[in-house]
Amino acid sequence: MRISRTAVIGLPILIALPLIVHLLFGGSEKYYLHLLIQILIWSFIYTGWSLMGRFGLTSLGHGAFTGIGAYVTVLLWNFAGLTPWLGVPAAIVIAVVVALLVGYPCFHMRITGHYFALLTLALTEFIRLCIVGLRDYTGGSLGTQPRRYGDGISLYAMQFEPNRVLSYYIVLALWLVGLYIWWRVDRSMDRFALDAASQDEEAAASVGINVTREKLKVTAISAAMCALGGAVYGQYQMYIGPDTIAGLSVSLNIVFACIAGGLWVMLGPTVGAVFTQVLSEVLRVTMQGSATLQALFGSAVLALDTLVYGLLLILFIIYMPKGILGTLLEKRAKKAAAAPARPEAISS
Amino acid sequence: MDCQLDIFFLEAVLNGLLLAGLLALLALGLNLIFGVIDVVWICYAELVMIGMYGIFYAHKAGVPLLLAALFGILLVALAGAVLHQVVIRPVLDSAPINQLLVTGGVLFFLQAAATMAFGVDFRNLGIRFGSITLADMSFSYSRIITFGVALAAMLVLWLFLSRTYLGIAIRAIAQDRQIMPLMGVDQRRIYLVTSAIGGGLAGLAAALMVLQYDIYPQIGLQFGPLIFMICVLGGLGSLIGGFVAAFIISEFIAIGGSCFATEWGYAIAFLFFMVVIFIRPQGLFGGRS
Repeated sequence: MRISRTAVIGLPILIALPLIVHLLFGGSEKYYLHLLIQILIWSFIYTGWSLMGRFGLTSLGHGAFTGIGAYVTVLLWNFAGLTPWLGVPAAIVIAVVVALLVGYPCFHMRITGHYFALLTLALTEFIRLCIVGLRDYTGGSLGTQPRRYGDGISLYAMQFEPNRVLSYYIVLALWLVGLYIWWRVDRSMDRFALDAASQDEEAAASVGINVTREKLKVTAISAAMCALGGAVYGQYQMYIGPDTIAGLSVSLNIVFACIAGGLWVMLGPTVGAVFTQVLSEVLRVTMQGSATLQALFGSAVLALDTLVYGLLLILFIIYMPKGILGTLLEKRAKKAAAAPARPEAISS
Repeated sequence: MDCQLDIFFLEAVLNGLLLAGLLALLALGLNLIFGVIDVVWICYAELVMIGMYGIFYAHKAGVPLLLAALFGILLVALAGAVLHQVVIRPVLDSAPINQLLVTGGVLFFLQAAATMAFGVDFRNLGIRFGSITLADMSFSYSRIITFGVALAAMLVLWLFLSRTYLGIAIRAIAQDRQIMPLMGVDQRRIYLVTSAIGGGLAGLAAALMVLQYDIYPQIGLQFGPLIFMICVLGGLGSLIGGFVAAFIISEFIAIGGSCFATEWGYAIAFLFFMVVIFIRPQGLFGGRS
């Protein structure tokens, strides 16, 4: 059980991480905690997407679900005074209903591959346009903010942004829930059914698998997770915009981070989130520190991280389609199989 | 909501028709590649953007507009061939979705490269052709030229595909990928030529778009999703279908835009697209599913 051993070592480290960050980077711990929080929130969203993505359901529509999660929660709070404790479930329900409304005809009509990707892309655009179009409420393309409640830390308003350590533990718990859901799905019969359906839909249906229902189940879970992730993102950032939490670029980022990390392993999406977030931060910091680059490109230098990102994605998909973690685990498994059994392994 | 059947409504309808010409041309190249190679270039609109910048800078450097347009077409044709050779070729045998995603990486790359090279400013050629006024309705000449050239390009492509050896080989490959190599058609060469033609069509669209639109690195995000939608709505590989779909979509945009706000025109178009695909997954004019 490699996973459980990783958990035994990893979990205490993750719980102690704010303390470690405090000891190592005393002055700038806020910045590092912010980075960690971002990674955990996106990891949760990516894990949610990978539930569908691993079965060949490559959706470009999840930017719509994160957008629904964030916007419904904030709008209900700002305009109806409804606490996010009710707003978030409402947002999740709406996201799941939208997912099922789009998913049912898709799965029923056997729309897969390119067509599925392009259709879900249309969903993302539709939701983004609705957000921009309702600019009297949503602030249009400028985005909007949840109304601050008291000093910004409140259980009732689900606001916790000023306290980074508290925020960290909240999103850590969220991330663990995400991994648990992934694990449950991975161990369920549905997973085998969906694996079969992704290999050959007709054959799977012929042995009695209700392909449409199985796909709808996993779609609903996946959409719910992305909506929840989007809502938490909005509550933490205290700002939501149609391009930061909804839209095509969010959808593409989700897909790419999952592929970079590894689609078929539990921590793959998390590794993808660490990789993409750290990469863009490192590039950003180096560029801001480099006078030569600044002089050459001015403020356009900020695009360099997207440039490197795009290039890496091309290389990943061509040369490492299993992702970072997937490839590493595969190599380790091969090595373990090739190496002669060690004496202590026999005795234990 | 001032949506009456008056002269402004008619103007919106006719302007929608003119927009349809451009969108149909944009969809044409993607449709060709989609139909022949079975790959979706998510970065197709970004190639158009590269072409627009190419034409803009060539014209700024003193090249006459028509020559600059020719340069743009060749530039994007070359870009299409390079894209196929460098990025698509290595993933031709892997899962179809990887081919779509790898061009998504190209999308990020091209957008960022354009931002770094040309900045985020809006640029335009500053050429105005003026407009024609018909019974209180005004239509800009650049839109009318675009419409005419787009129609001509579609006719030429159709003649090429139906009358020349190469064109027939391209259509044959699209119909049966396994058999044609056995008949002595070099599949790799056909793919490369198709990619270059698809790129060239994107370049032609770019040449027409610089007459009407501002150039900026994110312009692809404005047109890209529309182009995919038109391709799928019209039906894979159906040139007529592409045109009809472009017409429907642009009328939604034009009429919706004139009655409500621009975003709602687009939003209704996307909703319409989803509903149609649920009913007819193969598209309006698609033969195969």
